[in-house]
Amino acid sequence: MSAAPFESDGGKTPRGAISIRAVSKVYDPEGARVLAVDDCSMEIEAGEFCVIVGPSGCGKTTLLNAIAGFHGISAGEIHLDGELLCDSARMPKPGSDRIVVFQNGALFPWFTVLENITFGPVMQGVASKKDAEEKALIMMGQMGLKGIAHNYPSEISSGMRRRVEIARAMMNDPRVLLLDEPFRAMDALTKTVVHQFLLDVYDRNKTTVFFITHDLDEAIFLGSKVYIMTTRPATIKKVLSVDIPRPRDFRVLASPAYQRLRSECISAVHEEAVKAFKAGEREM
Amino acid sequence: MSSETPDNPGIQLSSGARTWMRMKHWLGSPSPYLNLLGLCGFVAVWYAATEIFNLPLFNKLPGPKATFTEWLSPDPLYGISFYTKEYYQHIGISTWRVFQAFMLATALGVPIGLFMGWKKTFKDYTFPLLEVLRPIPMLAWVPLSILMWPGREASIIFLTFLGSFFATVLNTLLGVESIDEAYFRAAASLGASDKQIFYKVIVPGSLPFVFTGLQISMGYAWFSLVAGEMLAGEFGLGYLIWNSYTLVQYPVIIIAMITLGVIGSLSSLIIRLVGDKLMQWKVREAA
Amino acid sequence: MSDGICSRAFAGIKKKGRSRTFWRGIFSLAAFTALWELCVYLKAPIIGNVPAPSEVVSTLAVQLHNAYYWLSWKDSMIRIFTGFIIAQIIGVPLGLFLGANDRAREVLFPIFEIMRPVPPLAWVPVSVIFWPSAEMSMIFVTFLGAFFTVVLNIVEGITSIDVRYIRAAHSLGSSRRDIFWRVLLPASLPSVVVGMTVGMGITWAVVVAAEMIASKTGLGYLTWRGYVAGEFPLIIVGMMSIGVAGYFSSALIRLTGSRFTPWLKTR
Repeated sequence: MSAAPFESDGGKTPRGAISIRAVSKVYDPEGARVLAVDDCSMEIEAGEFCVIVGPSGCGKTTLLNAIAGFHGISAGEIHLDGELLCDSARMPKPGSDRIVVFQNGALFPWFTVLENITFGPVMQGVASKKDAEEKALIMMGQMGLKGIAHNYPSEISSGMRRRVEIARAMMNDPRVLLLDEPFRAMDALTKTVVHQFLLDVYDRNKTTVFFITHDLDEAIFLGSKVYIMTTRPATIKKVLSVDIPRPRDFRVLASPAYQRLRSECISAVHEEAVKAFKAGEREM
Repeated sequence: MSSETPDNPGIQLSSGARTWMRMKHWLGSPSPYLNLLGLCGFVAVWYAATEIFNLPLFNKLPGPKATFTEWLSPDPLYGISFYTKEYYQHIGISTWRVFQAFMLATALGVPIGLFMGWKKTFKDYTFPLLEVLRPIPMLAWVPLSILMWPGREASIIFLTFLGSFFATVLNTLLGVESIDEAYFRAAASLGASDKQIFYKVIVPGSLPFVFTGLQISMGYAWFSLVAGEMLAGEFGLGYLIWNSYTLVQYPVIIIAMITLGVIGSLSSLIIRLVGDKLMQWKVREAA
Repeated sequence: MSDGICSRAFAGIKKKGRSRTFWRGIFSLAAFTALWELCVYLKAPIIGNVPAPSEVVSTLAVQLHNAYYWLSWKDSMIRIFTGFIIAQIIGVPLGLFLGANDRAREVLFPIFEIMRPVPPLAWVPVSVIFWPSAEMSMIFVTFLGAFFTVVLNIVEGITSIDVRYIRAAHSLGSSRRDIFWRVLLPASLPSVVVGMTVGMGITWAVVVAAEMIASKTGLGYLTWRGYVAGEFPLIIVGMMSIGVAGYFSSALIRLTGSRFTPWLKTR
């Protein structure tokens, strides 16, 4: 249970509640004025596995980047556990309590797997290199990542790389794990493996997850709540509660509950996809 | 960083074995023999044109036979061969000049390039200067360099330095700018400070470009050195070429040219080896 | 980061940022010039030996009315473009041939590999010995500077073409000839352009040095004469002229290049 090795987590109080209140984001306030996110509100509970689904280029990543602290917002507020993270005046800052797993992966190719995983604690100075390595090795053992510690990211498979990246994030015991279409370029078989991996990590730590995808199966299989977004400017179109019990495995995919949710999802998403397609959006 | 990561013996071994296999495969294919054929053909054409048929234009050039007899002779006609001390003195002086200039250019150019990529403000102030000076070919600096520096040695080294400095700075800057934005974001998100980002992302991330830049800059260094030595030198291979021309000792020109070529390739090979040593992650990726 | 929103947003940021960057650049160039003038005035070591910007400007003003100055431009330009164009006429087809034909490449390429590391200037004496006139020998050295770069770049460009394009063309029913003209040629065009741009830079460097060593005309000689005759500001005028000429020749190549490779513009 020591996947979160460096912060005392004695009380196991659920943390990582995100409150997004009437957030809008306009790019380039002086020029072309592109409204990327429009009056978007959502309440994500602590420990919720929240999945955002929407057409390409709809502004999902904009929302994620604001939470992660990569850019500011034009209106509204984002709170994390009751503290103001950012509003129109206050630029957010990136921090190790909100860690992003990127679309194309961002394991540092010049560091070994172990150096990547220990990067967070070592940089923050919360653990010595040796301690961090020890704990990382224990965690890698629990996560089924044995034997690759001294390999470079380019030497392991893409599925492995994603798992290492998630492990690198979990080393920091983040309040929120932000995943930006992390499994997008993966084949279906690899996907099922990494899905199971992510679910295991989630079941063990109950970290809040903010997961962006446009794969509906993935959304329902992984998520507790699925937020379907409209095409740009993005707002919430529909929220689905996924009442499939955890722990889940691939058998869920055949259950009637899953099928019902899926068809509900499809009709909502399809409408938006057509709109987006007509608007001629480029791939995001 | 490689000191903390013991080399994986399995991978080392297999890469060694792979090299051997590749070697064997290469020797079994026609390409080495075709390569050799090309080179022999070139020498044969040169020989035929100069020393057998005495073709017009070519008849004034030294042929391979004259060149190599001179080069291999213990008692050379014009004083330059494998057996004479002067030959190695010229090589030594040129190499030493390039070494000093290259080291200086690297020691200044790499940090400046990294810093330019790191701090936008610094780049805003320095980049225009670079842009204005860059289109002036380094050889146009020859007279100014002689004028500026006391003594020829300093001006030749300055010239050589200029040649490699610009290439190093620009390639380093290019290297920093080629680093994927996601790495900066990931590092910031994992709690790295600005300074840590510099050492852990910018420096390793730009290394491949830095080393490409260093190879180019080494080429430029030799290029400028030859010009400097031809115009202002008292020793060195460039001077040797020019001096042999004025003294009508033509075979020596060819000897010096080939020597320059060989030393030039050797120096860029050394840079590549150092680069491979520092960038294990790139080497293993290629394997 | 390739979505429409972001690129548009970045364009906006760039526009705003550019004006600041622009003024910073102007400031630093002005500061550099002022510092230079000051160093000369104070007779600082090394930099103090360089003629002051004020002297350079007045010399430049005189030179601009001087027919000899413009004649230097003409002579250098003729050498550059003759050498450069001959290098393209021979180098481009040869590069394409070597790139497309494996056997020929394996026979001839090592010769290029061996000659490449020899600095182009080292060829000056040989070239002077070989060619009957100084003019021809200078054009030859210029030619060499551009020739190697162009050939090597094209061969590199062709051999690194994604084999899928060739397979796609095959399966779409192309003949060997079609593949050469419609796949290999266009796919190698970007590297031709890169080779030409780099080659143009080398060409200028070579011409300048060759003019200093073995000529009585041209911008390189003008610069050298400034030194020999003790008209030191003329050295800087010569360097600036060479810089301007080199810059515009490269810009010309790049512009022409982008006309021939319109598909590279979308990104």
